[in-house]
Amino acid sequence: MEVIVAQPLLKANEELARQNRNMLNRGGITTVNLISAPGAGKTTLLEKTIGALKNVFSIGIVEGDIYTTFDSERLAGQGVAVVQINTYGGCHLDAQMVAQALERLPLDKLKLLFIENVGNLVCPAEFDLGENCKVAILSVSEGSDKPKKYPLVFQEAEAVILNKIDLLPYTDFDLAAVKEQLKEIKNNLVIFPLSAKTGEGMEVWIEWLKDKVNQTEKLFVTG
Amino acid sequence: MHETALIAEVLKTVRQSALEKNLSKVTKIKLAIGKLSMALPEALIFAFQVLKKGTICEEAELEIESKEIILQCLECMREFRPQDYLFSCPFCTSRQVKIIQGRELHIISFEGEENELGSNCGSTLIKSQ
Repeated sequence: MEVIVAQPLLKANEELARQNRNMLNRGGITTVNLISAPGAGKTTLLEKTIGALKNVFSIGIVEGDIYTTFDSERLAGQGVAVVQINTYGGCHLDAQMVAQALERLPLDKLKLLFIENVGNLVCPAEFDLGENCKVAILSVSEGSDKPKKYPLVFQEAEAVILNKIDLLPYTDFDLAAVKEQLKEIKNNLVIFPLSAKTGEGMEVWIEWLKDKVNQTEKLFVTG
Repeated sequence: MHETALIAEVLKTVRQSALEKNLSKVTKIKLAIGKLSMALPEALIFAFQVLKKGTICEEAELEIESKEIILQCLECMREFRPQDYLFSCPFCTSRQVKIIQGRELHIISFEGEENELGSNCGSTLIKSQ
């Protein structure tokens, strides 16, 4: 007997992601899924972003790591709601893990939620978590060839942060060529060259986030 | 890298569907895997060999249909295969493109043997959603 299934392999994940998205949208919460390779600077970027926005919006963080709680400890010191997910070997977060994390966050108080995915440029691109947008981070020290090597994550992203631009003088990273490659992969990508460490370029990213939060408010919170 | 998680999902879905159809064992599973998904067929097969043990799919073989990337230009409307993962139209250089094929991660179908009791004669084709 042959049984025609004809369904997406990740159907269960997609259904859970839809439930997460509905819940977050109903609460008027803007959710950003941050994806990068290990060491691109996700946690430092989050620290600096929280510093700039915590007096403007209440912020929550879902922190994904394979092991350890180092990152969530760093972020908890910032006075925001942080929930740690340890995947114990898993290379990405999935919608089920995020659903469990959401139960432990004060959703009625939050306006902006960051999900810091497990450091990896391949698998996280495939798993919808229920976010409003994915933001990919690529750091200067990783080299100029990464967009071409990992096109899916940049296809899926709405914005790309080119982090650690303070290191540009010490590497052969070609900023113009990488921007061009990214536009070739996805024409309407928003690109933020910045240094989370020195603060250069951060204000444009912060303004973009503020706009996102305002858009979500308009769309999902009725007056 | 996520091939193991993908295969675990395949086994879960097929198991449930096979039980609903009153199958005693699954003999073949067909997947469609797009090149853009970056799931490697060899790694999927390896994960399948490991994870199928002790399940209804223990004796099943895995068949993978690999799907090339095909894009459509939204300006000149022509379809093309991108070179080197750069997604601009080779005919009119436009960057407004749509992915037609290559993003697939689908279970197409599976085959199995029915339980002796209550089985229909011959091979039947059942469409589930």
